[in-house]
Amino acid sequence: MEKLLDVKNLHVSFDTYGGEVKAVRGVNFDVKKGETLAIVGESGSGKSVTTKALMQLIPKPPGRIKEGEILFEGRDLAKMSEKQMQKIRGKEISMIFQDPMTSLNPTMKVGNQIMEGLIKHQKMSKPQARKRVEELLELVGIPDAENRMKQYPHQFSGGMRQRVVVAIALACNPKLLIADEPTTALDVTIQAQILELMKDIQKKTDSATIFITHDLGVVANVADRVAVMYAGKIVEVGTVDDIFYNPQHPYTWGLLGSMPSLDSADEELFAIPGTPPDLLDPPKGDAFAARNKYAMKIDFEQEPPMFKVSDTHYAATWLLHEHAPKIEPPEAVKKRMEGMANSSSSSEGERV
Amino acid sequence: MTRYIIQRLIYMVITMFLIATLTFFLMKFLPGTPLSAADKLSDEQQAVVLEKYGLNDPVPVQYFNYMVNLAQGDLGISFQFDNREVTTIIMERIGPSVQLGFQAMIIGTIIGMLLGLVSAIYHNGIMDYTSTFLAVLGQSIPSFVFAGLLQFYIGVKFGWLPVALWEGWEYTILPTISLAIFPIAIAARFMRTEMLEVMGSDYIVTARAKGVNKVGVVFKHGLRNALIPLITVLGPLAVGLMTGTLVIENIFAVPGIGEQFVKAINMNDFPIIMGTTLLIAFLFIFIILVIDLLYGVIDPRIRLAEGE
Repeated sequence: MEKLLDVKNLHVSFDTYGGEVKAVRGVNFDVKKGETLAIVGESGSGKSVTTKALMQLIPKPPGRIKEGEILFEGRDLAKMSEKQMQKIRGKEISMIFQDPMTSLNPTMKVGNQIMEGLIKHQKMSKPQARKRVEELLELVGIPDAENRMKQYPHQFSGGMRQRVVVAIALACNPKLLIADEPTTALDVTIQAQILELMKDIQKKTDSATIFITHDLGVVANVADRVAVMYAGKIVEVGTVDDIFYNPQHPYTWGLLGSMPSLDSADEELFAIPGTPPDLLDPPKGDAFAARNKYAMKIDFEQEPPMFKVSDTHYAATWLLHEHAPKIEPPEAVKKRMEGMANSSSSSEGERV
Repeated sequence: MTRYIIQRLIYMVITMFLIATLTFFLMKFLPGTPLSAADKLSDEQQAVVLEKYGLNDPVPVQYFNYMVNLAQGDLGISFQFDNREVTTIIMERIGPSVQLGFQAMIIGTIIGMLLGLVSAIYHNGIMDYTSTFLAVLGQSIPSFVFAGLLQFYIGVKFGWLPVALWEGWEYTILPTISLAIFPIAIAARFMRTEMLEVMGSDYIVTARAKGVNKVGVVFKHGLRNALIPLITVLGPLAVGLMTGTLVIENIFAVPGIGEQFVKAINMNDFPIIMGTTLLIAFLFIFIILVIDLLYGVIDPRIRLAEGE
């Protein structure tokens, strides 16, 4: 399939008084047309920074794209000026934000907030834009669009606001949609609704999506492929099946193991010991080594390259080196993997 | 909405009544009588005059009489100016003060807001430092220093504008500028702080992610959200400026209310003190009502439930 976005060796740093914080340290990934890529990782792993950098939305200064290429349909976004980016943002790439309570302008009517992009990018007249806003609101499941568009964000509930945020992002039929933890701030029932909505819309519009989350349950639900980020790098990337049934990186094991499931109530929840490294001064070798009980001597000295597991599956861990000892994932993780296989097959059933 | 305004107007009347009462009794604590300065009068003459103005009556009686007159819109007659009506005196004097204060507020708000916006947009740049420096200067140097400088350079040395007096619009320019310095400084500082905070909010990122350009982000999305704290401080400041500023009125020989008020206090001219106090109080309460209504215009979240 054709690549829509190809990120090569992206480095993003923040210059602070304490020194240079290397938030993203050489990230490579691509997104194909119509596909959903999930980026997972714990807080501070660089997921959000990576995607904000794609749209050049990181605050500059202190942030800057140190090196790397962001090829979007062959054009390098990293080298574009603010003016050029303004034509891309909202039109070709748009973003859904985490917190619907704060991401809408409280003093502007909802309709006008959705209309803005239409008028700017598609040169619509006001009545045309108003009509399109009505369609969009209907698409995202907000009834009584004609009246609702004249209201202000505080007159909407959290879930409804997130629908508005989705409508804003969809307004100009973007080729790439970036969803930065779109369901984290919502309660569980609303989460499910918004996820369903996003899947539905993707089917209808065929736009590619980058889905950032730390919730692996969400990943299994929405993604085609998964990239696992740790300390500013992608440590493992593969299809959903690769990551859930055949994880290779000890960090991915940790993430899977730390997921609670309904049938594991009696067991202790698996936790990854320690804390992520300080990105002011990233460790030599594998950044995860200090928290990894399977770490070998080389992990503390040299950074592992991306080892190929299959055509779709790559992981950066020395455990995949031909001379490394064969290590099985811990029991807890294996159990979780099995549980995952069952639950995802059952949710597959619901979907039909 | 209408109901709310009517309700507020009723509160206004009650507040005015309380202020009038309080001021009346406080004034009675002032030492001396309106005649203290007039030593040429013999004791008998003084007694006659005091009797004539009702100042020998017990205080509660005086209070009652005053309030009855006040309720009929009669502020009494001045003790110092040939028995002239207080209302007439205030009306004569308030015009120049209000005009100066109003002009200064308009100029101050516009220039101050622009400075603050520039500061926020070019945060930590040369423009920001310059405008912050100017704001601190404007707030810390008293207005009469600027007044003196303006008079000397623009009035005397270059002769572009009249130094003082009140004989036409060009006479208002220098005092207006002197008065505007303070509101400029206040508006600039508030605008900068608020705008910086607003520019860091999530909805600004949303706006940028839509492809809105910098000017659109600042004026369409930022400004309105930054205005609330600004009008909160500028309202009372406006009342202060419009009800006369003694120093500036003195320096430029403006026949304003500020000078009049101070003179009245020194002379124990009770009716003028009462009248001016009530006027200032009225303006304050009125401006606060206007600000409360403006909040709703600016921020829909504080808009009053309509049809309630």
